[in-house]
Amino acid sequence: MSAEGLILNCENVVVDYDGFKALNNCNFSVHYNELRVVIGPNGAGKTTLLDCICGKTKPSSGKIAFGNNIELVGKNAEDITKLGVGRKFQAPSVYGNLTVWQNLDLSLKRASKGVFPTLIGKSTPAERERINETLNTIGLTQDAHTRAGSLSHGQKQWLEIGMVILQDPSLLLVDEPVAGMSDKETEQTGRLLSALAEKHAIVVIEHDMDFVRQIARIVTVLAEGTVICEGTVEHVQADQHVREIYLGRAKVAH
Amino acid sequence: MPEQIQPQQDSRETLSFYVVGAVFLIVMPLLNMLPAEDSWLHLSDFRLNQFGKFLCFAILALGLDLTWGYCGVLSMGQGVFFGFGAYCMGMYLALQIGKESVYGSELPDFMVWTQVKELPFFWYPFKSFWGGLLGAILVPVIFATIFGFLAFRSRIKGVYFAIITQALAFAAWLVFNRNETRLGGTNGLTDFKQVLGFRLSDPSTQLGLYILTVLALIASFLLCRWIVASRAGKVLIAIRDSESRVTFSGYTPWVYKLFVFVVAAGLAGLAGMLYVPQVGIITPAQIGVLPSLEVVIWVAVGGRGTLIGAVLGAVVVNFGRSVLTNYFPEAWPFILGGLFVVVVTMFPDGLVGIIRKFFAGGPPAAGLAMPKPQTQGGR
Repeated sequence: MSAEGLILNCENVVVDYDGFKALNNCNFSVHYNELRVVIGPNGAGKTTLLDCICGKTKPSSGKIAFGNNIELVGKNAEDITKLGVGRKFQAPSVYGNLTVWQNLDLSLKRASKGVFPTLIGKSTPAERERINETLNTIGLTQDAHTRAGSLSHGQKQWLEIGMVILQDPSLLLVDEPVAGMSDKETEQTGRLLSALAEKHAIVVIEHDMDFVRQIARIVTVLAEGTVICEGTVEHVQADQHVREIYLGRAKVAH
Repeated sequence: MPEQIQPQQDSRETLSFYVVGAVFLIVMPLLNMLPAEDSWLHLSDFRLNQFGKFLCFAILALGLDLTWGYCGVLSMGQGVFFGFGAYCMGMYLALQIGKESVYGSELPDFMVWTQVKELPFFWYPFKSFWGGLLGAILVPVIFATIFGFLAFRSRIKGVYFAIITQALAFAAWLVFNRNETRLGGTNGLTDFKQVLGFRLSDPSTQLGLYILTVLALIASFLLCRWIVASRAGKVLIAIRDSESRVTFSGYTPWVYKLFVFVVAAGLAGLAGMLYVPQVGIITPAQIGVLPSLEVVIWVAVGGRGTLIGAVLGAVVVNFGRSVLTNYFPEAWPFILGGLFVVVVTMFPDGLVGIIRKFFAGGPPAAGLAMPKPQTQGGR
């Protein structure tokens, strides 16, 4: 654990898409067991930030330290996943032709994910128990043997959260978990994330301000690739700069 | 509490394979041996031999189904691996001809025509049966390992991989056609006499080869069945459905692709090895672009993503060809092409999909139902 108790510390991260800076000297840090919400107008670089952390996008420059000062820049996605960074994508991305159970079983953290151990490996009772627990947490026990492709949108989102949980990440990156969900589903998702925050550090990107108010403790506002404000929901909403650049323009402040 | 259970479809597929296996392994040889020659039940030596050939193709198709149907990696060069296996066994058989050859030389006939005085060095291992047997499996496996490593490691996928494998098939065809390759050029290897002392012209030898082929097919099926039923098999389907997501579950997709590609190459080599003594000839025409594409058609017609579909497709299409070419020899390529278009546009799950609709209307098997492209997150 680093001295300041930070699980994630991004320093001066730059992502340059042919001159367009999706992230421009972005500094962003998260504490252990913190639930952090990142908001910001479209194109602010929220998803790019998560992409950099999980290895999907390579930053042009900057440092990303994870856990005990492990540098993530330059590592590939598989290795970053194994280090304990879990990613839930914006569009639900589950394996549609596998059952819910199989989706979870594949995601479960295991000693090796090479071809031969995977070929001969059998689930242990302890692993089955963990999958059952997770099914319970995400409310899909009844659908364990349903093809993931035929789940509803909300259920797919939960399944993907379940898949990420089973990887035993110490840091969860969750991209717009409630987009397209009904109010009831949104509320359930909020409870799920709040419960998870007791054991994991979580970074959530979200647009829905009601949802942000439900779950957020500290909110980070991103605009044009940089952090412009950080604090409680009230603090952020009161900030004049934020109101100008984001809340006022998008008219989501109530 | 949910347990990990095998979906019902899978057990039905295995059951139907055992039924089909029993027909090929027991019923057909008995129909060949027991009824009198003129009985309508009698299966002629010619037909039995022909089915032996179809079953070799079924082994070849199983391999492609594993890579394409399950893992989504379309290889249009399976004919090359089949050809490697076939040529390795063919070289052994050619050296077994000995003094019985047309020119009475110890060297195969084509070497006599092309003024080759001494056996080329790479023919030496094939003086022994084991050389032929091991070569037929190892040459395709080693070649596929190197080729696959280079291609998958550089993240060549989808249509680009298909095109590269097709180019491979064309290149192999060109190389095997050349006399300088010392593999018989356009004429290939033929006029085989014996294998391990058994005369190939003897119907009982052919019956034995047929039964060996059925056993090899059953073993290949069980191998593939084991792979697709394992967790690794689920990873293959996951790669097909959403490759980039798989990396975020901690797997390295290209290693899995390489693995199935190599298994498929080994199966293709096995198929080629069994094909040669039954058909009696191997030429470059069997390993080029067209034969490689035909494998794709068999699997598509039978049903991608179901192992039984690959077997069914290979046997049905080839049986159809043997019957139809009697009546409309010129029309066959059009029939085959038309079949492919109809299957792809109207019955994407092939014959197996059609059979399922009739019998159950149940959900598609894990391997079935082609994936919809999934996007992942915005920027």
